[in-house]
Amino acid sequence: MSIFEYNGSALIAMVGKNCFAIASDRRLGVQLQTIATDFQRIYKVHDRLFLGLSGLATDAQTLYQRLVFRHKLYQLREERDMKPETFASLVSAILYEKRFGPYFCQPVIAGLGDEDKPFICTMDSIGAKELAKDFVVAGTASESLYGACESMFRPDMEPEDLFETISQALLSSVDRDCLSGWGGHVYVVTPTEVKERILKGRMD
Amino acid sequence: MKLDTSGLESTAPLFGSSSSELVDEISAAPSFALPNTINFDGFQKEAIQMVKPAKGTTTLAFIFKEGVMVAADSRASMGGYISSQSVKKIIEINPYMLGTMAGGAADCQFWHRNLGIKGPGLYYVDSEGGRLKGTRFSVGSGSPYAYGVLDNGYRYDMSIEEAAELARRSIYHATFRDGASGGVASVYYVGPDGWKKLSGDDVGELHYHYYPVMPSTVEHEMVEVAGA
Repeated sequence: MSIFEYNGSALIAMVGKNCFAIASDRRLGVQLQTIATDFQRIYKVHDRLFLGLSGLATDAQTLYQRLVFRHKLYQLREERDMKPETFASLVSAILYEKRFGPYFCQPVIAGLGDEDKPFICTMDSIGAKELAKDFVVAGTASESLYGACESMFRPDMEPEDLFETISQALLSSVDRDCLSGWGGHVYVVTPTEVKERILKGRMD
Repeated sequence: MKLDTSGLESTAPLFGSSSSELVDEISAAPSFALPNTINFDGFQKEAIQMVKPAKGTTTLAFIFKEGVMVAADSRASMGGYISSQSVKKIIEINPYMLGTMAGGAADCQFWHRNLGIKGPGLYYVDSEGGRLKGTRFSVGSGSPYAYGVLDNGYRYDMSIEEAAELARRSIYHATFRDGASGGVASVYYVGPDGWKKLSGDDVGELHYHYYPVMPSTVEHEMVEVAGA
């Protein structure tokens, strides 16, 4: 089994009308054994920028700590928060530093940029950026997530609609994956507020 | 090519000294045909792969005062992918016999054909020919979790209701911890009048039945004190 599948994970980000949503499952396992069902895979970088890290949990946490450190240095020098595009480039550069001994993570970055323009992006473990206009997925349930998003996504959804769509896509996808699920965690981000919700899901 | 079991045969001829093929067929000691191959280990390894036993599963059974309780989950998985959530893992052999399927169905049925019943009986059989008699067994990747609940709650003088609940809870806890187990927790009871299916609960609902979610206050993030 791949080291990317050691802990199990499911991650998605979707773009709506002047808003975005990012969601993950809540399981932390060691192969087939479920260790925790309240695990955080999505991190807040600042009020309008979120980062999800799928893959090996220990690398995800270490990578997150390095990214927070670099973001804080940026804030001190520039006296402002990072733009999503800039942050994506930072993540990419930090990943490529470890070209021949990578962090076993696939990040998902979602944020609101200038003029409330939503930005989503994913990367492989060595930092190859993949920008998308509609949705991005990552984790052990990524194949089923692609299927669910492909059929459920509609452009320019309002925040309420976006929440419903991303939640349904997540919950139906993890029902086909042994290594992810056990509930869900959804953030819907609009220019004025961040809505965070915990989803009840199948606990098997 | 045949496995040589001649050492088990009597040296005395059965019907005089006749050596017709018919007599050989009847009088020969029972044997399995062996594959005609040079690399036997390699052949066997490939054959096992072809009828690969489903290890991602949880099944259990135990004997108690009123008879036997049998339970199983219903998930089938291929690696990390869940290929079905509605597999029937308890096979109904005859009105008095049930088998739980953790492994190839054919192997299972072969062993059940070769077992007699004398009162409440519970056997663990495997594809290598092992056969154990006991009071409680659990099989599959979720079995360690099921054993934890089962061993803790087991008493011989349980009522049928108590036994059914123990079986259901054991399967539920296995599906919760084991990624390869899930779906529906089926419970069967075998008593003096034969077997009966007692329940089939969706584990997705069973969890919130056992552990209802209390509407809680919104969790607040720890905020750093400004200017500290």
